[in-house]
Amino acid sequence: MGKRVVMTGNETVAEAVRQINPDVIAAYPITPSTAVVEYISQYIADGLIDTEFVTAESEHSALSACIGAAVGGGRVVNATSGQGLALMWEMLYIASAMRLPIILAVINRALSGPINIHGDHSDTMGARDCGWIQLYSEDCQEVYDNILQAVRISEHIDVRIPVIVALDGFITSHAIETLETEGDEDVRRFIGDYIPLNSILDIKNIVTYGAIDFQDYYFEHKRHQLEGLHKSAEVIKSVGKEFGKTFGREYGFFEGYRLDDAEYAIVVMNSAGGTVKTVIDDLRDKGRKVGLLKLRIFRPFPAIGIAEALKTKKVVAVLDRTSSAGAQGGPLFNEIRSALYNEPTRPKAVNYIYGLGGKDLTAEHIRGVYEALERIDKSRKIDRLVDYLNLRE
Amino acid sequence: MAKLKDLALREERLIGGHRLCPGCGHSIVIRQILRTVENPVVIANATGCLEVCTTVFPYSAWKTPWIHSAFENAAATVSGIEAMYRALKRRGKIKPEKEIKFMAIGGDGGTYDIGLQSLSGAMERGHNMVYVCNDNEAYMNTGGQRSSATPYGAYTTTTPVGKIKKGKQQFRKDLTQIMVSHNIPYVAQTSPARWKDLTDKAKKAFDVEGPAFLNVLSVCPTDWKIPTSMGLRITQLAHDTCFWPLYEVENGRYKINYKPKKKLPIEEWLKPQGRFKHLFQPENRDIIAMLQEDVDRKWEELNRLATYESSTA
Repeated sequence: MGKRVVMTGNETVAEAVRQINPDVIAAYPITPSTAVVEYISQYIADGLIDTEFVTAESEHSALSACIGAAVGGGRVVNATSGQGLALMWEMLYIASAMRLPIILAVINRALSGPINIHGDHSDTMGARDCGWIQLYSEDCQEVYDNILQAVRISEHIDVRIPVIVALDGFITSHAIETLETEGDEDVRRFIGDYIPLNSILDIKNIVTYGAIDFQDYYFEHKRHQLEGLHKSAEVIKSVGKEFGKTFGREYGFFEGYRLDDAEYAIVVMNSAGGTVKTVIDDLRDKGRKVGLLKLRIFRPFPAIGIAEALKTKKVVAVLDRTSSAGAQGGPLFNEIRSALYNEPTRPKAVNYIYGLGGKDLTAEHIRGVYEALERIDKSRKIDRLVDYLNLRE
Repeated sequence: MAKLKDLALREERLIGGHRLCPGCGHSIVIRQILRTVENPVVIANATGCLEVCTTVFPYSAWKTPWIHSAFENAAATVSGIEAMYRALKRRGKIKPEKEIKFMAIGGDGGTYDIGLQSLSGAMERGHNMVYVCNDNEAYMNTGGQRSSATPYGAYTTTTPVGKIKKGKQQFRKDLTQIMVSHNIPYVAQTSPARWKDLTDKAKKAFDVEGPAFLNVLSVCPTDWKIPTSMGLRITQLAHDTCFWPLYEVENGRYKINYKPKKKLPIEEWLKPQGRFKHLFQPENRDIIAMLQEDVDRKWEELNRLATYESSTA
C-alpha cells in the first residue's frame, strides 16, 4: 500500500528518481526544474542513492552525457525546462535514433523570446517530432506515476525509445499537492532490473555507435525507429494496466472525464485538466452535456482512440498551451482535427490558444469556451477557427 | 617506455580499409596512441574526417568500442560513458578484467571551436579520460574553412587570398595553454612526426588518474596543399621552427621535450605548403615577419616556464 505525502511537482520528480536510483543522472539546472537536481544532489550527499551525477556545463552536454551513459548500459535520468530543452534539441534526435531508454522530466516553460520562466508547452511541443515518447501529467500524482511507467515503457525490448515526462512549470512544479507514493521495494519490483543491450562497455562484444548512413541506409533506419515508436503504443497501454493492477491507478492514452454521453468536448493537456473538470462539474449540475478529454500521450499520437472518443460529439474545443507560428492553430488542435477527418461523422472543431508564458487560465475562461461551443452548435457556424483566451488584444 | 618493435606487435584497433585521404595524419596518430595502452579503450569521436571516414555504414574500422553522437560533444559523451562505468563497477554490475580507459577524439573544429565548452566542462569535472585533439588547423571535413587553430595568413576557403585580404587575419588560439589552465594532471603538445614523443605522451596520458589532454598537430595533405608523401617531414619543420613546440605539463610542471639544434626560420615551415604560398609574394613578406615574431615570443615564454627533458633519448 502506498502512503499519502505532500510534495511539490519538482519534489515528486526527485522522489520518483530516488526510488528508481538510476545509474547515472546528467543534468543542468534551469528554472523551473532546478529544484529537481537540488533534491537529487541532496539525496546523493546524504547517501540515500548512489547514482553518479554528471553536473554538466550545459543542457547540450547534459543530454550528450546521458547518451554516453545510456550506451554504457544502465538507467539514465535527466530533467530540464524551456531553453534547456531547446539547447538539447540536436541531441534529442540522436538519443531516439540510437534507441536509448533515457527518462527526461520536462518542467514545461515558455521558450524565449521574450524571455519568460513560466509554464507553457512551447518547449515540449517544439520537440514533438524528435522521436521521443511524450507523457503529460495533470498533477503530482500523475507526474509520479508517469515517471515510474516511463522506465518500463522506454526499456521495453519492442520500444527502446527515450521518454519525456512533462508537467507544467510553477503550476505543478512549485505547487504543493497531496499524492500517494509507493514503497521503495514495490517500486523497484515494478520497474525491474535494467537489461543492458549492446553496451559500449561490453568489451567482449565490440560495438560501433553512430556510424554514418548515406542515401542507402538512412531511410531504412528511420523506418525502424518509427516502428519502435508505433509499437510503444501497445506497451504504454499494457504498462498502464499493470500499473493499475499493482498500485490501483490505471492509465491509458487519455482520460475521458464525463465524456461518454457528452455532446460537447474540451481537449487539454497537463494542469488545465483540473480547471476544466471543475467547470464541467458545474455545467453538468445545470444539465449541460459537456465532457473533457485530457490527453496523456502526445507521442505516439493515439489518433484512433481519440477519433473513437470524439467522433459522435457535436462540437469540440481543443486548447493549446502553445502557438504554432503560421499553422492552422496549435499542434494539439491539428492532430485532433486530423484524427477526425476520415470519420464518417465528425464534430465541428475549434482551437483556443491559452496560457502562453504562464498567463492564467481560470474557470471563467473555460465557461466562455463552453458557451462558444453551444453557439457554434446552434448557428452551425465557426467565426474564428483559432481564438485566444485571456488575452489583451 | 615501450620500444618501437613492441608497439608494432600490439593489436591494431583502427584497421585499414577506411576512407581517409592518403597521407592523412589522423590514422597515424590514433593508431600510435592506441598501441601505447594494453587496456580496453572506449572512444567517443566528434564529427569530422576521422569519424566520417572510418564508419560508413555498414562498415566500421574500429576494433574497439566507439561512438559518434555529434560534433561539439565528444568530451560530454565520454563523461557519460565514464560515469556509467563508475556506477556499474561500484554496483558490481560489471567486473572488467582490466580497467577500461576512455578517450575522446576531436579535430580542431570540434575541440578549439564548437566543442570547447564541452571539453572545458569535462576537464573541470575531472573525468578519467584522455582527450586527443587531431589539430590540422582548419575544418578539413567540409573542405577547408578557417578555425581558431588556423595560423595567421593561411589560405582557407573562408579566409581566401584576395586583393585586399591575404588569408586569415587572426593569430591561432593557444588551446594547449587553455587546457593547462584547467589544472588537470597532464597536458601535452605533440605530433606523429616524432613517434616516440607521441607514444610516450599517450602512455602518460592514459596512466594518470583524471583528465589528460593531447594536442596533436596532424597533417592534412589535401588542404595544407602538400604531396601526400611529405606530411611527417613537413610536420617535423613545425618543430624545427618552434611553430609547434613539443612540450608537456605534468601536474603544473612544464617540460620541453624537443629543442632543435638550430632553430629554423619560420619560412621553412611555410614554404612547402600551398596554403601559405601567397605569403612569399613581396608585398606579403610583412606577414611572414609577424609570424616569426609571434613564434619567437611564444618560444621564449615557453623556455621561461619549462625545463628541458628530451623525449628522444
